[in-house]
Amino acid sequence: MSEMSTGLTATLILLAIALFVHEPWRWIGIFIGNRIDVQSPWFQWVRSVATALVAGLVMRLILFPAGALAGLGLGVRGLAMAAGIAAYFLLGRTLAVGVGTGALVLVVAQSLFG
Amino acid sequence: MIPADDYEPPRPETDDAAEWRGLSRSAVFRRGLAVALTVPGLILAASSAGFGALSRDAGFSLFNSVFMMAAFFALPAQVVMVDQMARGASLSAGALVVTLTGIRLLPMCVVLMPYLKGPRATRLGFLLAGHFIAVTAWMEGWRRLPHLPAEHRLDHFLGIGTGLLGSTLIGTAFGYELAGVVPPLVSAVLLFLTPVYFLLSLIAAAAALSDRYAIVAGVVLGPPIYLLVPGFDLLLTGLIGGTIAHFAARHREARP
Repeated sequence: MSEMSTGLTATLILLAIALFVHEPWRWIGIFIGNRIDVQSPWFQWVRSVATALVAGLVMRLILFPAGALAGLGLGVRGLAMAAGIAAYFLLGRTLAVGVGTGALVLVVAQSLFG
Repeated sequence: MIPADDYEPPRPETDDAAEWRGLSRSAVFRRGLAVALTVPGLILAASSAGFGALSRDAGFSLFNSVFMMAAFFALPAQVVMVDQMARGASLSAGALVVTLTGIRLLPMCVVLMPYLKGPRATRLGFLLAGHFIAVTAWMEGWRRLPHLPAEHRLDHFLGIGTGLLGSTLIGTAFGYELAGVVPPLVSAVLLFLTPVYFLLSLIAAAAALSDRYAIVAGVVLGPPIYLLVPGFDLLLTGLIGGTIAHFAARHREARP
């Protein structure tokens, strides 16, 4: 596959994979979501599944990161995450404040202990 | 098309809905576009820059990197795609892992659809909206759409998706061109923004008891499941954690 990484062949392969094996999950979700009764237990269950799935993704990105974030210690990442959550709850439940505090603590903690 | 009188919004409209009444469809769409300039939009652009750099490392052209961003509009799928190609995996192996990452989009589409239904819904609108459903746009729709009158929700979400798509394409191109210039700590901060934003948004959007249980279940079960079955971890975390949260919340609410 690597020799096809550039050029039109690669473009067509990417398009085919996107359209035939990736996008259909969205179509199926739309089809089901269009017919499902939002008051039904099924809908409430799917909603819990989607929420737990994204929460699992968050933990994977923090505990088992890829790229440059993996170069920072687990303690630094965990501390910054905890600080972001604490700032969100203590300082008026603002998204930007929580995310900004987390990023700031990450930089400071890495500079001090990294 | 769904007749307006058949339609029941999943949550009652709030006071905020009043300020949206009387806005034109294009004004509602433009307010959606503007989400690209808020914190989540900027975080997504930064994540896309990370993808651009990764894609360049793997040997993709600038055009194909940006094209991949538009065609998938889901960073996990793109990252595994690039990773598979860089490792010289077969096309079928690449397609398999991409489809595994795509399954998580199914429940996200299911739960957002009831908000997108409304008097102005069309099939093309649904398909476009579906393409925009990846974590960031889903999260913004989940947070914002309940506060809008039903007739504006699809237009607004299409605006959100279009704006976010634009910022990811620009972000990808920037990251591709700037790869290697940015210091590692800056790259680390950019990668860190995404999970913090995801988690805080989940907390902010949690309306029901089952939502809060599902967050806790995903946080607790995610890491061990990843270690046991990497590749299937998100799907299994969602299914197992979501099912436990669902029944725990029902059990709790059934008690007086």
